[in-house]
Amino acid sequence: MEILIYGIINSVTLVLMALGFTLVYGVSRLPNFAHGALYVVAGYLTWIFMNRLGLNYGISILAALIVTCLIGAAMYQFVLIRVRGMPISEIIASYAIGLAILEGLRWGGLKGSTFTLPPFIEGSVEILGVSVDFQRILVVFIGAFMMIGLWVFVSRTRLGLALKGMAQDERAALTLGIDSDKMAVVAMALGSGLAGVAAVTLFPLGNIVVEAGYNVLIMAVAVCIVGGLGSWTGAVLAAFLIGFAQILTVVYLGAHFQVVVALIAIIITLVLRPSGLFGRQKELEERV
Amino acid sequence: MSDQPLLTVDNISKTFGGVAALSMVSLEVNRGDIVGIIGPNGSGKTTLVNSISGFVKPDRGKVIFNGHDITGWDPHKIADKGLTRTFQVMRPYYSLPAFKNLIIPLFSPRAKRTGGWRGGGKMGSRDTVALDILEEIGFERDSYVPYKMASSLPTGYLKRLELARCLALRPELIICDEVFSGLSMSEMASMLPLIEKLQMEGISLIMVEHRLRELFRLSNRVIVLNFGCKIAEGVSSEVMELKEVKEAYFGSEEEVLEYV
Amino acid sequence: MAVDQKDRRKERIDRGIKVRSDGVYAISSWLEISYLVAPRLLFIVGLLAAPILLLPVPYWQKVLSIICIYSLLAISFDFLANYVGLVSLGGGFYIGVGAYVAALLNMKFNIPIFVTIPVATVVGAAICTVVFLPCLPLRGVYFAIVSLMFPLLAARVIEALDIFGGTDGIVGVDGFSSTWIEQYLLIIAVLAAVFFLRRMITEDVGLVFSGVKDNDQAVKASGINITKYKALGIFIASSLGCFGGAVLSHIYMWAGLSQFALDFSIIPIAATVIGGGGTLIGPVIGCLILVPVSELLRDFGTLRIAVYAIVLTLFIVYKSEGIMVYASRKYEQFERWVSI
Repeated sequence: MEILIYGIINSVTLVLMALGFTLVYGVSRLPNFAHGALYVVAGYLTWIFMNRLGLNYGISILAALIVTCLIGAAMYQFVLIRVRGMPISEIIASYAIGLAILEGLRWGGLKGSTFTLPPFIEGSVEILGVSVDFQRILVVFIGAFMMIGLWVFVSRTRLGLALKGMAQDERAALTLGIDSDKMAVVAMALGSGLAGVAAVTLFPLGNIVVEAGYNVLIMAVAVCIVGGLGSWTGAVLAAFLIGFAQILTVVYLGAHFQVVVALIAIIITLVLRPSGLFGRQKELEERV
Repeated sequence: MSDQPLLTVDNISKTFGGVAALSMVSLEVNRGDIVGIIGPNGSGKTTLVNSISGFVKPDRGKVIFNGHDITGWDPHKIADKGLTRTFQVMRPYYSLPAFKNLIIPLFSPRAKRTGGWRGGGKMGSRDTVALDILEEIGFERDSYVPYKMASSLPTGYLKRLELARCLALRPELIICDEVFSGLSMSEMASMLPLIEKLQMEGISLIMVEHRLRELFRLSNRVIVLNFGCKIAEGVSSEVMELKEVKEAYFGSEEEVLEYV
Repeated sequence: MAVDQKDRRKERIDRGIKVRSDGVYAISSWLEISYLVAPRLLFIVGLLAAPILLLPVPYWQKVLSIICIYSLLAISFDFLANYVGLVSLGGGFYIGVGAYVAALLNMKFNIPIFVTIPVATVVGAAICTVVFLPCLPLRGVYFAIVSLMFPLLAARVIEALDIFGGTDGIVGVDGFSSTWIEQYLLIIAVLAAVFFLRRMITEDVGLVFSGVKDNDQAVKASGINITKYKALGIFIASSLGCFGGAVLSHIYMWAGLSQFALDFSIIPIAATVIGGGGTLIGPVIGCLILVPVSELLRDFGTLRIAVYAIVLTLFIVYKSEGIMVYASRKYEQFERWVSI
């Protein structure tokens, strides 16, 4: 029972971490390796707004999310746009930006346990004999809400449809009057926002530390690759796969192996099925 | 050995994500044959070529070349046995001069064994062999053309370069994937005798083509594909008279008249 | 500026001496020989003289060794990325494997230092090649991601299984008897790597490598096993890294988890981008700039990582050709404005 409940929580956590990454990649084929940095930035900004400016918790979260979106959009508009279409440069540039942000924050004093966010609701509850705190339950709800929300956004709204169009065929979208660069900025802003949502939901469970950035990046990449880069259903499925696998290894092998599971999952997936579980990347076999 | 066909394709099928790209296609190529494969766009011609040359693994069926069952082999092994192909989308090594493009096939185990095109077992300098092949295929030897970067060559030369890359291996069968498309009339006129010359050298060819007039001049037998199935096979002039071919391929009578 | 561009444009012309000295005529006059030789000689003599020039400052002598190790890694990254078409972000893996193999041989079997280094180079490279073998069919971004995972994975596995000394690493490895041997071993290795690789890429094998990078399908259709050549490329590149790692473990007299660290994966890439990819000398120049800067910033802790990450971003976005390409263009061509 414990495995089931914590497996679900862990899986949804992974979904939250990966949503932003997969959205950006899906729309603009940009592997945003600064994802982890944006995650930490969102948490840190919330803390600053709360403790330095004395704002109310809800308002600081909102403000932090908006600023994170802007940072993401600016990152694309001013830097990444220039290396678009050169996959390796995209990876190196975005990774370098992320590295600069994270290590800059570490140097600026972001370490130790001073930086914490309070949980949204205190206390815990017993579910089927397992005690779970409210924050973790909220994680599941917010995760589910974000998944559904994103799905509705993408399939019901104009902007969402434009993004979806770009994800499916960028050239066709261009001929239909969708501005690819503008959409990429929007996607990047949204992706950063999603990283921010994940941050404010997950950080109350621990300290705001730089290492979280690297971990989130690794997990997001793992989930997206196993699920197939750019496929949203695949990402969710892969999150559950890795999530449960992790909980099982923690229970039976020890906590040390938690990250190893994700890494091995990546390697096995890439070797056996390079396009991931649901990857649409047919080029590997089709385009000869 | 001699009465066995060089290449036998036996009932191969391939599906991509539920869509049947090829179903139960069979064909035979004898030594010295030029066999044409025609069919409308999306009829599975390229998939057939890919399945024979190993770039796609067929789901079912057998490919036997020269007595070897090459079904599902890796492309480089198949090429090593003497079955090579050109690509529909030309893919020279753009960053190298034209003659250096041939060094790579000449470096392969097969070329080392056979001595490259017309080599007598032992190869001289690879550069010389490369220039010989290019001259054979219509690059003016004493001009600057063989030394130009592949990225700056016009389409006609690139198509020749693709063929030259195959010839460097001293193949027994070449699959040409649309060598005529995109060529001007004059380029085509110089390409035709080239193919005929290859046939006289004893090389068999499979030609996937859209340019029917040129194909019919060369090949004695054509195979018509539609929706991944073989719908007809026979002597070029007769095949086009078949009703199902006309319908599948052209749709209406008028277009046929326009074409042929 | 915008107005200027309308009625004039910049024209680049090869210097006459460059055009002449490209062919055999280079030996026709001393001037032309020196034009070709001078930059190369400057590089070689400069590197060889460096330990002597740095004699008064022993600290910087140590830095020189580190520069050389990073250079080896950067050369291997440049070779793999620009001549074989495999972008390997896992330089730390090569260093770590080399370091651990050398340290284990030295500690467990008491093998002397001049045997462990060559053995670690070859055995380490073989290990790396075998580990990367399943990933070789992958291309571009996918290969880059997997290669980034390997050093992380190796460190976690050693930590979790508590093998090879676990988190403490292997302490007490033999050191070099003199710093001269250490430094000249490394410098000669760097020079040899540059020379060997620059020769190889113009040979027929090098053409096959560049064919694999440009268009692997055509190479396959030419009857060449591309996996074999990719594996060979990895072997060559990882042997450079493993050599560096083996020497490193003897310099520090220690092999540990930090040798799988991100530093060894990031600095060589940054150095290659800054120095100029595809030149093989550029990465060395990049390391000569980047490593001392990062040493100077050592007091600022992790800020140095942030600094070179920013420098890397600026270079990749605004000057992606790198210093070496820029410099050789300035050396070989002149520019002038012509009116249209």
